[in-house]
Amino acid sequence: MSVARFWREIPSRYNLIGSKCGNCNKIMFPPRFICPYCRRTGKLEPYNLRKKGKIVSYTVVHAAANGFEEQAPYTLAIVELDDGPSVTTQITDCNHSEINIGDTVELVFRRMGQDGEDGVIYYGYKGRLLK
Amino acid sequence: MAVGITGYGVYVPRYRIKAEEIAKVWGADPEKIKHGLNITEKSVPGPDEDAATIAVEAARNAVSHAGINARDIGVIYVGSESHPYAVKPTATIVAEAIEATPNLTAADYEFACKAGTAGLQACMGVVGFGMMNYGMAIGTDTSQGAPGDALEYTAAAGGASFIIGNNGSEAIATIEGTCSFTTDTPDFWRREMRPYPRHGGRFTGKPAYFKHVLSATHALLRKLKLTPQDFAYAVFHQPNGKFPVQAAKELGFSKTQVAQGLLTPKIGNTYSAASMLGLASVLDIAKPNERILVVSYGSGAGSDAFSILTHDAIEKKRKNTVPISKYINQKEYVDYSTYAKYRGLLVK
Amino acid sequence: MRDVAVIGVGLTKFGELWDVSFRELMLEAGVRALEDAGIDGRQLDAMYTGNMSAGQFINQEHVSSLVADHAGLVPIPATRVEAACASGGLALRHAIIAVASGLHDFVVASGIEKMTDIMTAGATGALATAADQEWEVYQGATFPGLYALMARRHMYEFGTTEEHLANVAVKNHENAFLNPCAQYHLKVSVEDVMNSSPVSLPLKLLDCSPITDGAACVILAPAEKARMFTDTPILVAGTGQASDHISLHSRTSLTGLNATVEAAKVAYKMAKVGPKDIDLAEVHDCFTIAEIMAIEDLGFCKKGDGGKMTAEGQTTLNSAKPINTSGGLKGKGHPVGATGIAQAVEIVSQLRGETGKRQINKADVGMTHNVGGSGGTAVIHIFRRAD
Repeated sequence: MSVARFWREIPSRYNLIGSKCGNCNKIMFPPRFICPYCRRTGKLEPYNLRKKGKIVSYTVVHAAANGFEEQAPYTLAIVELDDGPSVTTQITDCNHSEINIGDTVELVFRRMGQDGEDGVIYYGYKGRLLK
Repeated sequence: MAVGITGYGVYVPRYRIKAEEIAKVWGADPEKIKHGLNITEKSVPGPDEDAATIAVEAARNAVSHAGINARDIGVIYVGSESHPYAVKPTATIVAEAIEATPNLTAADYEFACKAGTAGLQACMGVVGFGMMNYGMAIGTDTSQGAPGDALEYTAAAGGASFIIGNNGSEAIATIEGTCSFTTDTPDFWRREMRPYPRHGGRFTGKPAYFKHVLSATHALLRKLKLTPQDFAYAVFHQPNGKFPVQAAKELGFSKTQVAQGLLTPKIGNTYSAASMLGLASVLDIAKPNERILVVSYGSGAGSDAFSILTHDAIEKKRKNTVPISKYINQKEYVDYSTYAKYRGLLVK
Repeated sequence: MRDVAVIGVGLTKFGELWDVSFRELMLEAGVRALEDAGIDGRQLDAMYTGNMSAGQFINQEHVSSLVADHAGLVPIPATRVEAACASGGLALRHAIIAVASGLHDFVVASGIEKMTDIMTAGATGALATAADQEWEVYQGATFPGLYALMARRHMYEFGTTEEHLANVAVKNHENAFLNPCAQYHLKVSVEDVMNSSPVSLPLKLLDCSPITDGAACVILAPAEKARMFTDTPILVAGTGQASDHISLHSRTSLTGLNATVEAAKVAYKMAKVGPKDIDLAEVHDCFTIAEIMAIEDLGFCKKGDGGKMTAEGQTTLNSAKPINTSGGLKGKGHPVGATGIAQAVEIVSQLRGETGKRQINKADVGMTHNVGGSGGTAVIHIFRRAD
């Protein structure tokens, strides 16, 4: 990934900045450029989503995605945020056996990967069980 | 102008490795090591953690504890000797992740284990002078110890963040004064391009740690006309569990004064975060009007001593803290091979 | 709009074809289809090629012209169509539209993927580009991972079990055993699947379709001209296509593909049939859970009953609703761009009664169901015997 491609999504990756439509009040994440509900009559503004939600589904990934080999096996989940939208995210700092659908998680700031040993480090959000 | 602590936040990774587990690998006697260093286990960062992620969680906790808008923070200093990049700042990552950007200044400090308190002093200056309303000083590290070296039993990970502001009603404590004692005493170093530090063995004790910690403390007590009895708590830099206890004894502080701020036996040496985490641990339980001594030490850097007096707000704001005990108690042990994998010790 | 018929089909062997190049592969399928139709290449008006990612797999883009060139078909219009794993189905749909519109008479719909010229990690990485790079793959999502998320939720909501999933693999390997072109001629048991190594739990190795080289080709003609070439023209009775959010997390349901439901509605309506009228279907079983969701979304059973229906043997070769008689993506192999066309080849061959040992008794109406990504695209076709 080019540096610019990582960099331009930093607000969303670090701080969960999504969109809110001033017309229909729907909250969206990741940010959108056109409201799918109001289309051109929508008025999208940046919106800061709360970093909390609950697990809708999860899987323990053994065959890791490229760049994630050292973290395998890792838990990948879909988390429905308290503000409505869902995100795909790893669940960090957990025993795979302790995860259940419905568990509440907070999104924390973690390393996602890197562009090789001498490239930039990618940061972003990961879920962590709230207990 | 006196400045106050508006809020603080900490973070310690969840993973731990026991001294026994490390000793087993090197054929060492675990009881001798545990007794000799006064340690039991140390924290280990997860594979997705580094000094920046640790700093961010501590900083986010500090902002919620302080109850301020992060955009009002005018300066962020991040002290570490394990910045994720050799060249490219950590402080901007933190600033971005707590949404303090873009109207602030920031800098990374690298000043052995007192890089965090050096940032604290700089914040005192900036805020005290009225340049900024709030400054944030962070000590964070995922410290390195060569496999098999004595350091491996203690080199741990953690971070603490302090928000320095005015000394008004929102301050949980006043920083009454600070004194530093600085010389070039190379008892521990890491050369460019080298993965692990080296140290001077027993030379790290008397002429290094003790001389600087004791001198800075004496200077502060003289300056503020205080004696050890004026303090409810004392926190010393803690490369192991033994040095701070011995320093306290030589200075005339009791074991009770030191106990609450002594974390190394449970989480290891968190380097730039060590004395700041000790202070946070004290603030987690301190009552108003209690005085705390904090003394950092950095190898080849020196010592910074602080006298801190708590205020009423400390109890009001306590509901917003994530206490260090939560991070210390939520732990999971890893074996040496997992530790080696997480710390990148495996050659591929 | 004119009725469209299939007058010829061609398929290569599917598998790890180390000695065959991209271009040879495509030509092999094409020549077989031409021979099957008894048509001369010079009579062809246009060609549509489904290909997901030659750019990533063999570092070659612009494959439409490459194929036309090596097939000796230049200067006919040659178009590449891409919708991840639904590229083939989509190429077929565009070929159908071209003939139905009256713009062209004889049109080739082909599909190809040469996946083994890069290492497995590269291939899985290439496949993952069908998911949302910024918000899924950045987070560590893999394709098996996304389908595993659907599987876990399906298990949670409907009580589907890992054994139910395994039954899909068992059945499709049985069918593939009877298909000479299939990648695997290897029967597996439920235990084999359950004991295979974890990929993305609850999905295990034998829940996943393989990485495959292969190509497929069908030749279309206006229905009124089809009998000039064949006694058994197969009519395209319906075609439907739908899109959905590319990211799984943006969808309203994790236990079915809305694109499938929407595409099926259109195709059923056009063909004037319902789920009960479908004699057999080739569905997109890139993972075992995908077949279970597909038979539900296509209306072959109630939502949530797909696992049970499969485990009870109601989708085997001899059942009332044979699913994936070819072996499916699971047993026959899944050269992604070729899959949608290969499904049509199987249905046409079954409707003609030409599939030998795996021929089913009653085959008048058949369906293909091809999915792109984790469900961002679905393409469905319904075929019928002309007599």
